[in-house]
Amino acid sequence: MNYQWNWGIFGEQSPDGSGTYLQAVIDGLGWTLATALTAWVVALVFGFAVGTLSTVADRRWSKVANAYIELFRNIPLLVQMFLFYFVFPEMLPAAVGAWLKSYEYSSFLTAVVSLGCYTSARVAVQVGAGIRSLPRGQFMAGLASGMKPWQVYRFILLPQALRIVILPLTGEFVGVMKNSAVALTIGLMELTARTRAMTELSFQTFEAFTVATALYVAMNLTVIFVMRHVNERLTAQAGRR
Amino acid sequence: MLETFDTGVIARSLRYLFLDGMAFTIQLTVMAMIGGLILGTILALMRLSSNAFVAAIATCYVNVVRAVPLVLVIFWFYFLVPYIGAWLTGSGKPVQVGAFSSSLTTFVMFEAAYYCEIMRAGILSVSPGQTSAGRALGMRDGQVMASIVLPQAVRNMLPVLLTQTIVLFQDVSLVYVLSITDFVGAAAKVAQRDNRPVEMYVFVAATYFLLSFGMSRIVGRLQRRMQVVR
Repeated sequence: MNYQWNWGIFGEQSPDGSGTYLQAVIDGLGWTLATALTAWVVALVFGFAVGTLSTVADRRWSKVANAYIELFRNIPLLVQMFLFYFVFPEMLPAAVGAWLKSYEYSSFLTAVVSLGCYTSARVAVQVGAGIRSLPRGQFMAGLASGMKPWQVYRFILLPQALRIVILPLTGEFVGVMKNSAVALTIGLMELTARTRAMTELSFQTFEAFTVATALYVAMNLTVIFVMRHVNERLTAQAGRR
Repeated sequence: MLETFDTGVIARSLRYLFLDGMAFTIQLTVMAMIGGLILGTILALMRLSSNAFVAAIATCYVNVVRAVPLVLVIFWFYFLVPYIGAWLTGSGKPVQVGAFSSSLTTFVMFEAAYYCEIMRAGILSVSPGQTSAGRALGMRDGQVMASIVLPQAVRNMLPVLLTQTIVLFQDVSLVYVLSITDFVGAAAKVAQRDNRPVEMYVFVAATYFLLSFGMSRIVGRLQRRMQVVR
């Protein structure tokens, strides 16, 4: 074992002209956070919509929702990113496709959409299970009080389901942070890609990977902390009513 | 786009895609599952150990591995395995390892953390009375674990273990980052050579979907049958 440790490497200039290695890693961290957080918003919106749809009485709609869930759950994320990156622009009108391919942030956009859809299928499963775990009487009581089905969902079922699923969703939030690393395959210079570039340029492999690992662990701890806090706020609100 | 969809390029490369690519993917999945289950069970037993130090090591390992992206872990082991090899064999230089053994090590170490959590939940789901009964019959701790607790734990956890294996089958596609010819890697090479990304990636997605969906249906059926038996 004759590995030369050199933690000072982070202060040195990177030969690819992106400033010091430290700046490059921070830049990567920024892209990871931007991608993961935007994708998380997409995943929550689509996930809650599809999850709710999967529980409605009309079989046609629940079938559509289940097909969506199965489609995005049974294809590896890497392949989904390739589909969105290489195949999707070809299916658009030629001018739109050409614009998308030459767009400066096309890998960011692709990563957000595919990571968002992939995660939304997982969120939808949790939301659907959360709604189904409520007593059936809740829905009936809503209808009996003269509410329309969408009002029962809006005012009775979804608020309760949200409190049930918020802690299980922590796992998906952590997952979206980690899975954003797959976007390096379509050229997004996020944290893992920056770290990998640094190992190739500086040969200080272990320093780079140690810092990246520590940053991912810190991100996860933050997510767990935030989700716990949100959960406490939600349950405290429920208690006051 | 559909009028230019060329199925010929898929037909021409089927042998390469399946005999080279998919064979690698399945081989890696099966071997990583076996290795991951063995190491995962050991980790689960360590986490449940009454020795606080042993439990802390396993807990720390599992939590760190579950916190980092698989892609980063793949890179970690790709660079780390040669050094571990040098340390094990006592040589001064990093040992050269092939792509397969490097990725196998990665997936065994990575999946073990996930299998560990599943096994731990499974072991905890077996009622403590079973352990007490085993002890009352005069069995030693190891015997109670091996012949009473683990068989029941595996049975309780079998659907979740199999679902995790389907996830593993999909995760293996990430060895693409090391330019290894797994199923996705093989398709990517053909896509680049013939400039046919649309055909190749649609075919890859469809194949993965059929295999994963089919397997999860089988797991679902198994789960229902086991519930009836109990």
